[in-house]
Amino acid sequence: MAFGMYLVIFFIFGALCIAGALNMLLQRHPINSALSLIVVMTSLAVLYLLLGAEFLAAAQVIVYSGAVMVLFTFVIMLLNAGEEERTRGSRAAYIVGFPGVAALLGLLTYIFLSVRMPLGNAQLGGGTLVTTSDLSRVLFRDLLLPFEVTSVLILVAILGAVALARKEP
Amino acid sequence: MLVPIAYYLVLSAILFSIGVAAFLIKRNIITVFMSIELMLNAVNLTFVAFAHRWHQVSGQIFVFFVMVVAAAEAAVGLAIIIAIFRTRNTLNVDQVNLMKL
Amino acid sequence: MSPLLIYVLLSIVKVAVVTVVLLMCVAYTVLLERKVVGRIQNRFGPSRVGPFGLMQPMADGLKLFLKEDIMPLSVYRPLYILAPVIALACALLSIAVVPFGANIQYRGIDLFQIADLNIGLLVILGVTSVGVYGIALSGWSSNNKYSLLGALRSSAQMVSYELALGLSLVGVVIRAGSLRLRDIVDIQATHGILSWNVFGGFQIVAFFIYLIAAYAETNRAPFDLVEAESELTGGYHTEYSSMKFAMFFMAEYANMITVGCVATLLFFGGWSSPFGHLLPEPHSIFLRAVLPLFWFVIKVFFFVFLYIWVRGTTPRFRYDQLMGFGWKFLVPLSIANIIVAALIYAPR
Repeated sequence: MAFGMYLVIFFIFGALCIAGALNMLLQRHPINSALSLIVVMTSLAVLYLLLGAEFLAAAQVIVYSGAVMVLFTFVIMLLNAGEEERTRGSRAAYIVGFPGVAALLGLLTYIFLSVRMPLGNAQLGGGTLVTTSDLSRVLFRDLLLPFEVTSVLILVAILGAVALARKEP
Repeated sequence: MLVPIAYYLVLSAILFSIGVAAFLIKRNIITVFMSIELMLNAVNLTFVAFAHRWHQVSGQIFVFFVMVVAAAEAAVGLAIIIAIFRTRNTLNVDQVNLMKL
Repeated sequence: MSPLLIYVLLSIVKVAVVTVVLLMCVAYTVLLERKVVGRIQNRFGPSRVGPFGLMQPMADGLKLFLKEDIMPLSVYRPLYILAPVIALACALLSIAVVPFGANIQYRGIDLFQIADLNIGLLVILGVTSVGVYGIALSGWSSNNKYSLLGALRSSAQMVSYELALGLSLVGVVIRAGSLRLRDIVDIQATHGILSWNVFGGFQIVAFFIYLIAAYAETNRAPFDLVEAESELTGGYHTEYSSMKFAMFFMAEYANMITVGCVATLLFFGGWSSPFGHLLPEPHSIFLRAVLPLFWFVIKVFFFVFLYIWVRGTTPRFRYDQLMGFGWKFLVPLSIANIIVAALIYAPR
């Protein structure tokens, strides 16, 4: 393919992810934060495609962008959440939060960039694409027990959500 | 020109830090909850990057499980938020700091 | 000319042709609906604007274009403008993975499918999931209690029936062993009508589940409580006028056509002819390209006609009946269909 095309796509969608995440942080109204998060999730799906995870990219769009964030949007619309106010707690969080987060980010970036050479590049094409059949082969043979336990977990979550959100008669 | 794996990890670190910052700073319960989802997504990206690097499918299966658990957690968490809103009539985390209504 | 340049140019040509054809089909589907519903109701549909009313879509388009675009003052502007864009974009997007005809290639590039993805079926499901936002955001941004209620009801209905829709497709995937749409059609192209999924693939129950779930997904036919004029004053598109309303309208009909395309691909053998190997393979490349396309168009037309027919003849579901039907009947039935399909295809 053309020179540097994967790098360009990575930078475009990486920039979209970061812009969406920053927008989620900076917006006052929750509905704008929710929409920015949808942009982040869809850009992450494209990045998964660049890393050869095609089923996960589709699952990211279907599950996260198309179901979890719809749930968030519903709750924001139902509860008619208005704009945020500045309170005492948020000012304290600004003073403590930003330096802590900056320290965390600095530490992680230093570690990752120092092992940049041993980690190598993201190869594309050839045997690096994980097809749905590869994924399902491992999921339904070696990891069958976690899969069944996850289904019990979802059942418990459904029961919990219905019981918690029910109106008291 | 290929993309170094370290770039994906740095992007994931940036998203995670923004998620932590949003968790600490925002005062609306729903936005705090959304920042948790952002942190989970950042971790998913790390898993997929390493699954690609070491050619292990189990990295991607872990992402699959993280997605499932995050969806279940979102459902239950939002039900709790609705229950809180019904009793206290506010969505500000600073105002739900007492057990007394 | 490098292969990359040829690929890009050919893709642009394919996208342009498919988009133009799809939009023309949307316009004429509106006319088809008005005429067919009119005949069902023992009257003629539009018949004055051209011979048999064939110029009516032109007149409609001109009218919607030239209408005054009213934007109420208290709407939340960014989302008010974004919502119909999302709805129309998602409606036009799924057509990119649909193979219209046989696998005729020009220098290695498939001529009858825009994007040949390994996960084509999941892309269609994903785009349907994202299309819910168009409706939810339009209702909320209109700042109108009827719109909000209509939008919430419509979104809840779409999300519920997405589940039955996705589950009903699993039987088809089990038979084909792949999520790629060309593979699914190729499995059905072997013995003519007998190897189509709906007959020879034992997926007739899945076909009916898919059809009902698709009617609910596109907010049409007996499930159109949320947008009917006599309920909720018009639902989520109450506050929209002229071009934005036209976008919702076009999105709904484009969704109908996409659902018809997907149903023919998955259950009715896509572009394969019902005579299968009884007729010899034609020699001219022109016939080999056009004949599968012809069969595909006939089948999609049949589905669109079925949509309109059901709309004209059935009464509406009430909202609680609708949700109960989706969750308590369709989802268990589609899970049972998966179990039966797995049992049938497991010995292979």
